[in-house]
Amino acid sequence: MNLLILIMTAIGLICSGVPGLFYHRRSATGQHVAMAINVVASAVGMAAVLFHDIPRVAAEGWHPVCSLPIGKLALSLDDMSAWFLLPIFFISALGSVYGLGYWPQRKHPVDGRKLRLFWGLMSGAMVLVVLAANSVWFLIAWEIMALSGYFLLTTEDGRPEVRQSGWVYFIATHLATLCLIVFFVMLRIYSGSFHLWPRALVGLPVGVLTALFLLGLIGFGFKAGLVPLHVWLPAGHANAPSHVSALFSGVMLNMGIYGIMRLVVMTGNPPLWWGVVLISVGMLSAFSAITWAMAQRDFKRLLAYSSIENIGIITTGLGLAVLGLSVDQPIWVALGLGGALLHTLNHSLFKPLLFMGAGGMIHSAKTRDMESLGGLAARMPAVFCVMLLGSAAIAALPPLNGFVSEMLIYLGFFQTLHGSAAATWAAWVVPALALVGAVALMTFVKLTATCFVGQPRSAAAAGAHDPAATMLWPMILLAAACVLVGAFPVLLVGLLDHAIAAWVPSHRSIPLVSIINFWWLTALALPLMICAAGIAWWIHRCRRSVPETIIGTWDCGYAAPSGRMQYTGSSLMQTMAVIFRRILWRHEQPPEVHGIFPRPADYACNTPDPLLDRVAEPVLKKVGQILESARILQSGSAQLYMVYILLILLILLMTR
Amino acid sequence: MLMILNAILVLVILINLFALGTSRMKALIHAAAFQGVLLGFLPPLVVKDVGTLPLLMAVMTIVLKGIVIPNMLLKALRDAQVKREVEPLIGFMPSILLGAVATAVALALAGHLAPAHSPLGLLVIPTSISMLCTGFLLLTTRVKAVTQVIGFLLLENGIFVFGLLLLSAIPYLVELGVLLDLFVGIFVISIIIHHINRAFASQDTRRLSSLKG
Repeated sequence: MNLLILIMTAIGLICSGVPGLFYHRRSATGQHVAMAINVVASAVGMAAVLFHDIPRVAAEGWHPVCSLPIGKLALSLDDMSAWFLLPIFFISALGSVYGLGYWPQRKHPVDGRKLRLFWGLMSGAMVLVVLAANSVWFLIAWEIMALSGYFLLTTEDGRPEVRQSGWVYFIATHLATLCLIVFFVMLRIYSGSFHLWPRALVGLPVGVLTALFLLGLIGFGFKAGLVPLHVWLPAGHANAPSHVSALFSGVMLNMGIYGIMRLVVMTGNPPLWWGVVLISVGMLSAFSAITWAMAQRDFKRLLAYSSIENIGIITTGLGLAVLGLSVDQPIWVALGLGGALLHTLNHSLFKPLLFMGAGGMIHSAKTRDMESLGGLAARMPAVFCVMLLGSAAIAALPPLNGFVSEMLIYLGFFQTLHGSAAATWAAWVVPALALVGAVALMTFVKLTATCFVGQPRSAAAAGAHDPAATMLWPMILLAAACVLVGAFPVLLVGLLDHAIAAWVPSHRSIPLVSIINFWWLTALALPLMICAAGIAWWIHRCRRSVPETIIGTWDCGYAAPSGRMQYTGSSLMQTMAVIFRRILWRHEQPPEVHGIFPRPADYACNTPDPLLDRVAEPVLKKVGQILESARILQSGSAQLYMVYILLILLILLMTR
Repeated sequence: MLMILNAILVLVILINLFALGTSRMKALIHAAAFQGVLLGFLPPLVVKDVGTLPLLMAVMTIVLKGIVIPNMLLKALRDAQVKREVEPLIGFMPSILLGAVATAVALALAGHLAPAHSPLGLLVIPTSISMLCTGFLLLTTRVKAVTQVIGFLLLENGIFVFGLLLLSAIPYLVELGVLLDLFVGIFVISIIIHHINRAFASQDTRRLSSLKG
């Protein structure tokens, strides 16, 4: 029953953009219809997930009458899928409401309908990805998701940089699918069926298992954006419309995580080194990505890199859980996986919030460059409030939700100190995570300080204003959810424990409730919130009692200071940029200053993606030059091409 | 049954040779249509119990290959105002000879293939291979777009004949899907022919090489 409702909602989501296609391109009705269908379907879906007793292990299955020649279509629902379904519905619905204000049909007659069509398609396809119980079905849904993602990313395909980033995404997503196809074929060969997700593959050769793990990790890692497979992510997120970035970052990356989570338990008892690999990859992603994020000027690129960092933290938590399974430490499993799952959900709350806030800034200031903003706090107070809250949440400050999930992961890694001797080294992750957390905090201080505090650095920023209610309310809801999860994590612990139990293969999981008393977090959060609210109220009162006067800061006697002379975000981070110069690998052209009266000089620096722009692109260019010689074959004569086909056919027949 | 089957197959081979030898495009299209209709009679002859599905397939094959596709091609021909294939890369007489040689080789070689030992396979496999060769010959040696489409059609007919042996193994869904693909393919090509004609004022596919990047 439950599953049937979810299938209906998936179909509803997939079709949500279709009615809009029949309206005139200037008509605003289509977008409202799409939004209404999306919201209703999502609400029904969320209700089906939240208010129903889902069987603890995948018991419910749905086998439709029709079948493909290669296997039956099958769907199933367990607590793990339920956990991943929640953000899909939530963000898809909120994003479609946000889109009314951010991407109205009236202002975007050319691409508005396309965007909404693929928005629904992608949301529905993600629901199906999570529900799939058969690898053929999974791959079909996966490809629908990936391709509609491509069309969403390239919404504004008139701009060359959008096409460029779409192209990179396209290649990355197909490499991922290629790995997954090989992965599923191998799985079919060795498990004997297309059934997903096997949980007790026994008697497989070590080499096969290793190949399966690596293929799956690469395939899903591309989608999740693990370093060094993240190349498509920064430019893609930066160039997409903001609510699309929110959907990508908040939900689609989760699909990669979902795949990795399912993948590691396929044998029931993963080897120790899988956990080691996951922790290393996770920490590498978290650390390098947050450092890159720190150095960005484009705030959407910054947010994109921060997504990679969060995915890294999630992967690290998952790595701990795998470690716990292999050395039989259920506490590690509960804390690691609990942290990873909760952080996945949290990331789906605060990252869309931040992207939507960023969208609000772009909407009114028309730029993604932090260095030309400033002083927005007074001009767009509502966006400022939600962005501040989102930044605090993503920097894992108590009493917000990021704190709860990262705390679980920290506690888990502290546990590795006592327990199995094989894994005491894992406690070293704690200081590394702390370093990541510190850089993340600085990054978001930079973001909020540069954009919101001080004086506007450009005319566009000076004229900025709060967006319309349709854009504001989704953000407020997300911010409220961040606070709610941070203050009352108990609300989610039941679902979380079920999800952990569904993941652990042999039913020996221990519930998180028995490890931590989550009411303590509430007891910590409430006074903090009351204090914060009190301080805010006090500042507000002080400001009202003293009349506001505008006085220039000390400007060293210079007669005409302008907003451009303030400290920029880059200058705020200069020290850090020097410390991390080996990781950042930035382009820098220092000014040449000679003599007593130097000539005018310029300083320029930018931070391209180290892997995409510094490694992948030059290498691929070289390969392209070498392959250029193969163009002799392309004579242009259709007849000759037919001969090629004939030759290949003959060769295939001969080798048979 | 087997007699009728073999008779049809021999007719089909003769049509192949005719297709290789004619320069008039209208005749070529009519030949291909006739071949399509003949092929449509094959599925009910081959299967043991004639149900609705083989009949459906027969009807669809006859309708598509015998009526719809030839009409589309004839229309394309009328639009493009072309009547003859003037200068093939290999002349008509050598083409017929090549086709005949290919058929002979196919008959000689077919014995080595495993399915040939079933009573059906005796003539089915050589016919299919000879049709494939004919299709390829047309595709590679003719320069007008419509002739090449016919070549493609003959090639697909060859695959269809080969598929007769596997009727019990392959679901009808797949066969019908192939038919649909063929239809869509030719539909698209006939549109392309129109555009080639518009853009180059000719149907000569050799001119397409100027599109090369």
